[in-house]
Parts: sequence; structure tokens; C-alpha cells
Amino acid sequence: MDPMTTSRRSFLGLVGGGALAAGLAACGTSGPKSSGGSTGGAAAGSGTTYWFLTGQPQQSIREAQVKRFNDANPDTKIKYTEFQNDAFKQKIKTAIGAGQGPTLIWGWGGGGLKAYVEAGQVEDLTDWLTNQEADLKNSIFPSAFTAATVNGKIYAVPGETVTPIVLFYDKRAFEKIGAQPPQSWGDIMDLVPKFNEKGIAPFSLGGQSRWTSMMWLEFLFDRIGGSEVFQNIFDGKANGWSDPSALKALEEMQKLIKANGFVKGFSSITADSNADQALLFTGKAAMMLHGAWTYGNMKASGGDFVTGGHLGYMNFPPVDGGKGDPSDTVGNPGQYMSISSKASDADKETAKKFIANNTLDDATVEAWVKSGNIPVVKSAKDKLSSITDKNDSAWLNFVYDTAANAKNFAQSWDQALPPTQAETLLDNIAKLFQLSISPQQFADSMNAVIGK
Amino acid sequence: MTVTAPPVAPTAARKGPSSAAGRSGPVAWMAVPALAIFLLFGVVPLFGVLALSFAQWDGLGAIHTAGFSNWRSVLSDPALPHTIWVTFEIMILSWAVQTPMSLLIGTFLAGRQRYRGFLAVLYFIPLLLSSTAIAITYKALLDPNFGLGAGLKIGFLTQDWLGRSDLAIGVLIFVVSWQFIPFHSLIYQGGVRQIPTSMYEAAAIDGAGRVRQFFSITVPQLKYTIITSSTLMVVGSLTFFDLIFVLTAGGPGDATRVLALDMYKRGFQANLMGPASVIAVLLVLLGLALALILRRLGGSTTASQLEGM
Repeated sequence: MDPMTTSRRSFLGLVGGGALAAGLAACGTSGPKSSGGSTGGAAAGSGTTYWFLTGQPQQSIREAQVKRFNDANPDTKIKYTEFQNDAFKQKIKTAIGAGQGPTLIWGWGGGGLKAYVEAGQVEDLTDWLTNQEADLKNSIFPSAFTAATVNGKIYAVPGETVTPIVLFYDKRAFEKIGAQPPQSWGDIMDLVPKFNEKGIAPFSLGGQSRWTSMMWLEFLFDRIGGSEVFQNIFDGKANGWSDPSALKALEEMQKLIKANGFVKGFSSITADSNADQALLFTGKAAMMLHGAWTYGNMKASGGDFVTGGHLGYMNFPPVDGGKGDPSDTVGNPGQYMSISSKASDADKETAKKFIANNTLDDATVEAWVKSGNIPVVKSAKDKLSSITDKNDSAWLNFVYDTAANAKNFAQSWDQALPPTQAETLLDNIAKLFQLSISPQQFADSMNAVIGK
Repeated sequence: MTVTAPPVAPTAARKGPSSAAGRSGPVAWMAVPALAIFLLFGVVPLFGVLALSFAQWDGLGAIHTAGFSNWRSVLSDPALPHTIWVTFEIMILSWAVQTPMSLLIGTFLAGRQRYRGFLAVLYFIPLLLSSTAIAITYKALLDPNFGLGAGLKIGFLTQDWLGRSDLAIGVLIFVVSWQFIPFHSLIYQGGVRQIPTSMYEAAAIDGAGRVRQFFSITVPQLKYTIITSSTLMVVGSLTFFDLIFVLTAGGPGDATRVLALDMYKRGFQANLMGPASVIAVLLVLLGLALALILRRLGGSTTASQLEGM
């Protein structure tokens, strides 16, 4: 889910791309594009509707899914409307709130889905999935269901791709300083002065996007204190943010910032412009912690960076003495499709049929793999052998193994938490990285919003 | 604006256009469509926001009344004083930069020479660009790694312009000024052209030089123009959003988080429509208060600008 996810998250991050979209919208070029002449959802009476995001290659894969369904079911056609990410995020919420949402609700699960569930807007799919579509359910990575489950019930079907956050590095930079990629957090701290001496920034970071900085904390929390530290926060346990491991992670984070671990000016760099990736593939920075979705762009824009075999990648290394399992990862375990509870029974049936037959069918899985992504199904592994490009094949196998072998695949915090907490979190992360608040102040202001 | 009233009709200028409109019935009716639209899209939502500020709503579920809890939580928020401070800082600094510049450029452009007309067109260009486009362009130019400074290898320009709090505010003021000085220059240009040339002729006979003429005739005669332009700047900067949103997103940290941005973030990112409405109400009150103060500063409206003529 490359640029699409980037932009989606950028919305949460409230960065330039959002306004770029606004600017484009003002020019009248990025308005919603509808398939059947109908512009809006209208849950009742106008047939089955599906809203999803623009942006390639995902867009054409989604269009092909609907087309296959409509060709096979000419009597119950699905009408789709495509939105640019940020427009979607705003519009879907308003539309659902006003009872005008689509039958099929595309989303990211987690806290956002929970808000729909609490407002009674989405169907409980537990029964349907466990009894009628057990095969579909069993074909999907089990870890993908966590973000689709609210209070023990499944409200969304995972689909599309799994994208963990990984540590990318430039092999050329390591050759220049004659060092090996880091095996531990200690190694990272040791590498920082070496890279700085050579005039290479140790880490690239698009800090203005905020969720980019968040990925660092996600890993440090996990590696130092184990996955239960964030689980406690997620479960609303009081003072979860001032857990000793959490404070230690925040301190380590600020140590790295103070040691000039990040590229100069990181707090004004946004991820949407892909400037953070550019720093890595132009050799200005040695390493970058980022989502797997950045691979496609680095390959396309980075000259021979990927094709020449200079890009290295690994899971985030362990922290000495930490409790976390080194196989743990974080990121996006999938994208999710829910069904509106306000839709007519016939429309709900059509939607279910579409999800069951066309969202993770063979043609879709193959298309995802070809586009350099790992779809959320176990059968993805079988498709990998058909990839002929050496670099792509190695990359896809790495992503698959990272996702499949993770003892715990945590969802990105800003998606897992409800929007209110997520926004406070991102705000405080920006201040933490700016060194304008201490770890203790960070914990205090985050503790104040736990459970909200 | 009294300035635009023709000097041949001093009574109208004195009483102002509203009383003139009130006298003639049919003219008043022509204001009805505008009034209806204003009421529907301006005043009614305003009361909606006021009501929402006493409610709890995430934009999705049901709206619950919340009494004064939103007001308490917003007003006791430790970040609020900082947000208000930043808002005023940007307001005052951008006023202090824009007013003298616009006044000088406006006076300069008021001349009838050909080249000045040509320059006026050039100066007007920034106003034609959308704030978003301007912000994206400046962001790219100021990028510490790929921007203008890094590209041309000019050390002075390779600052972390948007990543350091003090610099970020400065950059914002600069870009805001760059964008809006043309507009205010245009207002001043019109104002200066309204000043009767006889006053300058009289001053010249009395031996006043250019500088003296500027301070003794141009500036005092532009009193109402200055008030108009300042009101637009001050009230406009309260709601200034798009440029900051794209350029810094309120960052670094919360260094450029102004009230309007704070409102957006609370409402549409944190899904807290209630507290966001509180900020919105505060913004309306602040804007009204500032506009009133500026009107008062201008003195009583019955004083004609052409006094002594």
C-alpha cells in the first residue's frame, strides 16, 4: 500500500499533502469520480455502493475487483466512487454520520472502526465469517483480524496488503565508514557519530508528518518493554504511559535525537513529499525507519538504488536487556472492509458476496504481488516464486517472513487508538522530538487522555 | 469606506453610506438577497457553533449536551495561552511588517508614470496565487537538504527554516507579507489617488519636500484607509489557516499553532467538535472585539477626512 497509505496516514499527520489535495480540489481536478453517474452514497434505495481511494497501483486493482464482480453479477451491480485520501477521510465520516454512507465502507480498522461500531453504523460480521465463510477467514493472516475486532466481535474483513515498518539502509554508506548494519540499539548509538563524522546523516526522518517519528517509539516501546506496554495503554489501564519501560524508551529516543541521530531539519520534512526517502537514496542519510510501502517509490525514483542492490533492510534490532521479542513488528496488518448497518438487506447480501468472491481471489492476490505488495492471505507465499526480478523477490520474501513470523504484529498506534487520543499522541511526539518536553511530561500529558 | 466617497458630496461622506441607503426604500430591498444568504450561511451556523460548544460530539454519533465541560477543559488547557500568544504574535508582527511596506509601495504605485503601472501589475502577481501553492513552493525552496540554499550551496540559506521555532515564525511572517502586501498596496494606491492634488500643490508652495509631504499630507489623509487595511489584516490573520497548515502544520512542536489551526486539529483530527466549537466562539469574539477597537481608534465616523478643504 505505498503512496496510498502514506497519504492516508498523512491525513492523520496533518501535513502538506493534505493541503496539496485541497489545493488540487480547488482546481477541480480531484473531485470524486463515480462509476455509474451517481455521485454519492445514499445507503438506502440506490443499490450497492462502494467508496474507495485513488492512487496507483491500488486503484486499478480495486477497479478490476468491482469489474469482475459486475461482469459476473449483471443484476446486482456495485457502483463505486473514488476519492483522494484526505477527501475520503473527511467525507466518509460525515456521510456515515448523516446516514448517507456507502454500503461497503473501506477503512483502516482499529480506533476508527471502533468509532463506527460505537455509533452502531457497521454490521457485525462474526457469525457470517465463522460459519458461512470459514474458508475465507482461514485464508487470511490471523494477525490481521486484531484491528478488525471490537469487543470480541469482527466488524470488518481484512483485505489488500500487509505492510510492516522496517529499517532500510544504504549499503554504500556502510561501506564508506567500514561498518556493519546494527544488530542492537547499542550498535545504532555507536554508528551515529561515525556517520556524522563522514557528513552522512545517520537517519532520515520526515518529522513534520509526526507518525513517522511515532514508528520509532512503537519499536522502542516493544523492544524495551515488550508488546504488553502498549497493550496496557490500548486497554485503558491508568498511567500506562509512565510504565518504567515506556519512560526508558522515551529517554532512549531523546538520547538519539540529542546525539544528532536524525538528519538536519528533520522536523520540517514531510513524508508526503517523499523527501525522507530521497535523503536515503541520494546517499545523504544512511538509514531510515519506514513502512514497507516506500519500496515501490524508492525503486521508481531512486535511480539504481534498488535495482543496483544498494538498498538493505532488516527488522528493527533488539535493545540490550529489553523484554520485547525481536520478531515483533508494527505497521499496517491490512486494510478493512465493513458493511453499513443502514444498508438494505439485499445490498448487504451483494456486499458480502463481493467481499467473499472478489476481494482476495486469485486474480487480486496475483495483482498485489506483481505490484510489489504482500496481500493479507497465506497463499501469497505461493505466488512469490513467480517473481523473476531478483531484488523484488528478495524484498517480497523478506516482507512476507517479517509479517508471517512476527510473534506480535501491532497496528500503528495512531490507527489503533481512538482519534482523540491519537491526535494528542502525535502532538506530544512532535514536542518530544523537538526536545521541548521531557519523557515525564510526555507521559503525564498522555496519561491524561487514556481511555478518552 | 468613507475614502471612496466623492469629495464633491461632503454631506454623504459625513453621514456614511448606510444612512444614505436607509433613506431610499427600494435600495434597501436590494440588500435582501445578500442579507438572506448572510443570515443562512453566516449567522445561523454561528449559533450552531455556539450550541455545539456546550455539547459533546465526535462528528459521527449522537450529540450529547455537556454543559460547561468543554469550556472548562479548553480554558484550563495549559497549551491555550501559548496558542493565543502565537496567534497575537503573528498578527502583530505581520501587521507591523505589512503596513509600512504596503503604504510605501501603494504611494509609489499611485504615481501615473507608465513604468509604475507596469510594476503595479508585477507586484500584483503574488495575490493571484493560491495560499496552498505559495506554501508548497516556499516549503520546497526552504528545504534544508534539497532547497535553494543546498542547491546553490549558499550557507546562509541552508538554515533549518521551518524546523526551528524562532525561524519558523519569521518565515511565516515573511510569506504572509509576501502574499498580502500586494493587496494592501492596492488599497493604499486607491487611497492616495483620492487625495486632492491641490493639497500637494499648496504644500509645495509652502516649501514642503517629498518626505514632509508624505508624513504631513499622505499619511494623515490615509487615516481611514490605514484603518480599513489594518482591520482586514488583523481580523484576517485571526483566521489565517491554509498557509500555516501547509507550511508548518503548526510545528515545529506547537511553535506556529495558531487558534484557527488549533480549532481544526481539535475538531477534525481529534474528533472533538465541542472543544473545537469553543475555540471557534473565542475566535468570533476576538475578531469582533478587535474590529470594534480598530473602529474606535479611527475616531468618530462623523469626522471628515477632507477636513479643512
